[in-house]
Amino acid sequence: MEDTIKLEYIVSAEDFTRAGEASSDLKNILKQMGVSPDTVRKVSIAMYEGEINMVIHANGGVITVFVTPKEVTMILKDSGPGIPDIDKAMQAGYSTAPDNIRSLGFGAGMGLPNMKKYSDDMKIETELGVGTTVTMTVRIC
Amino acid sequence: MLVKEIIPLLDAELIYGSDDIDIREIHSGCGSDMMSDVLAFVKDQPVLLTGLCNPQVIRTAEMMDIMCLVFVRGKRPDEKMIELARERNICLLATPHTMFTACGLLYKAGLVGGA
Repeated sequence: MEDTIKLEYIVSAEDFTRAGEASSDLKNILKQMGVSPDTVRKVSIAMYEGEINMVIHANGGVITVFVTPKEVTMILKDSGPGIPDIDKAMQAGYSTAPDNIRSLGFGAGMGLPNMKKYSDDMKIETELGVGTTVTMTVRIC
Repeated sequence: MLVKEIIPLLDAELIYGSDDIDIREIHSGCGSDMMSDVLAFVKDQPVLLTGLCNPQVIRTAEMMDIMCLVFVRGKRPDEKMIELARERNICLLATPHTMFTACGLLYKAGLVGGA
């Protein structure tokens, strides 16, 4: 499809202060493309929470984004520990983040619920000891 | 409420202000140290009051289109944070008041909660 734009981001877990750079870049690109502010905000929040999760839980990873005239698809792939219980992880307030992450303003157990809330479709594939891939789609309206 | 009106209400110092603080309008307020809660609940062009002072506050504001941040209890952002805010045109204020008092002062002046 010639109307599809593909973007790829390497998310590093070495420096927490840099977490969010990929989301910031994507937000600017979508804004420049003239995507509506509501859609841009939904994509930005979903991606930012996902990016933070990769940094906190999975030692980073790779985010691939496809933008078509109809939707934005974000594929967040990591080689982290995997999610033992997805139902629990999806509960608002449930968190396995360490205390030092809470002092940075995250780890409230809202990451995955927020990602689901702001995306129109979310799919999680995870295997313990292998990694997790989260695919989120936001329709452009 | 305008950003410039918040400054005297909170005895705040303007750490970074774009040239539009005279007309930059704030519709609601939110006070939180948990950025995930901000990402979950906040809407409608708010001011965010927080005791958290790290670059993720600026990034959270960026994602939520929050145009004004107030650091409570006299906390001050460092140069790196100010630079991030400047690039994104987000106003930064610092107030000596505690979170509770700062939120109360704005509420009393007519600002409502955003969630």
